[in-house]
Amino acid sequence: MSEQITIEKSLRDWASRVKAGQVGALPAILGLLVLCIAFSSQSSVFLTPGNFANLLTQAAAITVIAMGLVFVLLLGEIDLSAGYAAGVCGAILVIMITEMDYAWYLALPASILIGVVLGAFIGYLVAQLRIPSFVVTLATFLAFQGLLLLLVSEGGTIRIEDPTILAVQNKNLPVTASWIFFALTAGVYVLSGLWKFARRRKAGLVDNLFKFWLIKTAILVSLGCLATLALTVERSNNPDLVSLRGIPFVVPVILVLLVGATFVLSRTSFGLHLYAVGGNAEAARRAGINVKMVRISAFMICSGFAAVAGMIFVSRANSVSPTTGGSSTLLYAVGAAVIGGTSLFGGKGKVSDAILGGLVVAVIDNGMALLGYPAGIKFMVTGGVLLLSASIDAFSRRGATAT
Amino acid sequence: MATPILSLRQVNKSFGPVHVLKDVNFHAYAGKVTALVGDNGAGKSTLIKCIAGIYTPETGEFLFEGKKVTIAGPRDATALGIEIVYQDLALCDNLDIVHNMFLGREEKSGVTLNESHMESLAKKTLDGLSVRTVKSIRQKVASLSGGQRQTVAIARAVLWNSKVVILDEPTAALGVAQTEQVLKLVRQLADNGLAVIVISHNLNDVFQVADNIAAMYLGTMAAQVEKKSVSPSDVVKLITTGKSEAVSGTTK
Repeated sequence: MSEQITIEKSLRDWASRVKAGQVGALPAILGLLVLCIAFSSQSSVFLTPGNFANLLTQAAAITVIAMGLVFVLLLGEIDLSAGYAAGVCGAILVIMITEMDYAWYLALPASILIGVVLGAFIGYLVAQLRIPSFVVTLATFLAFQGLLLLLVSEGGTIRIEDPTILAVQNKNLPVTASWIFFALTAGVYVLSGLWKFARRRKAGLVDNLFKFWLIKTAILVSLGCLATLALTVERSNNPDLVSLRGIPFVVPVILVLLVGATFVLSRTSFGLHLYAVGGNAEAARRAGINVKMVRISAFMICSGFAAVAGMIFVSRANSVSPTTGGSSTLLYAVGAAVIGGTSLFGGKGKVSDAILGGLVVAVIDNGMALLGYPAGIKFMVTGGVLLLSASIDAFSRRGATAT
Repeated sequence: MATPILSLRQVNKSFGPVHVLKDVNFHAYAGKVTALVGDNGAGKSTLIKCIAGIYTPETGEFLFEGKKVTIAGPRDATALGIEIVYQDLALCDNLDIVHNMFLGREEKSGVTLNESHMESLAKKTLDGLSVRTVKSIRQKVASLSGGQRQTVAIARAVLWNSKVVILDEPTAALGVAQTEQVLKLVRQLADNGLAVIVISHNLNDVFQVADNIAAMYLGTMAAQVEKKSVSPSDVVKLITTGKSEAVSGTTK
């Protein structure tokens, strides 16, 4: 009896939050669902394990950039150069490995470090000189594009043959390892959640969200289980020649980034300060927060993520070219973050939003390509979806402030 | 009268050629509400900014609990236990009540935030102020009413075992019921033993809640008197002319 009441109550709490404009990830989840149903009804290929694995690797790089962008967007700033930062860092990685013969475990941290330095430069200009981030990163967008061109030399590409880097986008975890990975992830997720609730109960604090959390966790774990199942099915056309089974390596890479970034944002004071600066920078300053440092760090983190995305790009393409991380990359990444529910006005958003949004963008891309639509239509639909989610964000802000 | 917890003596402050505070004396007492009144430009804000360490006066003495102190910056003021609630409240709309109360001074266990400890402390503070209007202390500040936001800002100020709390126009933007609620809270703070300084333009509020009234006039302290010894019209005279027959020493 009492349990039913708490479920009802937590659902009611949640409903009232949605009504008050705190919709969070709901539109993205619904959108993803609608898109998946629509595409799978139109195309027989869409819902196959092979296409699912393909989708994940397609979404990976943009999702990682979007995850980094969340830190900057939380401050109400933007980084237009994150795409080319990925390109530059990818080029440095490839040059270090292919032309200078460094091992990947030296080259990868070096390229990420360079990304962080690029971010520090942008952050310094934004935080110290107070140049609008739009202008600073527009300038660095052009500059990084030029730098990439100089590094790779016009029209050329540099191949990468390092097996570890290539494995990230081209190889899969073995089947047993896939299941162990799933069990570990699910276990850690459930245990950390339970631990949090246990601590709250020990401190004598009331909780009406526990049942809600249970439902959410059950859904997430079964989805994860389903995805693992799909990915461990043989998806090679010719299994005797080459076997294609297991979770793509890029998935654990993204998951580690997700856990790390979520931990920083939701459990540390630095994360809280990021939200505070995005919500009310003046209040944050008066509370004794070093607003400048927070701003600079956000840009450093953003470009650091972009460097990881650069590695994912070169792994997928087996090479780096002057267009790596160019064309619509950055716009797709911003789109992914915003579609997932991150506010362009600052102060609202989660890293997991970027993953949801990244999936939405990739599903549109993938599904429409399968249905044979031309690229023009694809871009227009993606633009429409982005516009839709930005309007939801604007409306929810209005709903939240009207008291 | 008892010894004041905070005393300012002969404080002078200028901005360039403009002499904003002229030999100002001011006292705040533990367990009492001291209202600071005066017309626009009389120097009220400058005075409290000197107390909060945002401005440094050129000359003058600060006595805190009878001892001479120097307040060179906001951190000095906080270290003494002086907290200020700004008129714009300085809250982050996108954070919940607990996070706003602890912003910049979070409780941590290791590297992670100690959420449950912060939540219990925040709850205790709000209960201590007899605040029962807030539904959940985990709701975002954006969803609160004006009076509730004021309450959160005040609760944040008293969370740190502070001794002096300065409120800048706490009722300026509030409706009748909410004003009542905040004034009750102000009274509660003093009854809990804090020295409360309230800047206000509203004499009704002042007479309802204050024990002492300090009236400023063109950068000078016209008079600091006990509320019961004056009438509202005396205070109006002090504010507008700097003089009142009812207050000895103000007419020459």
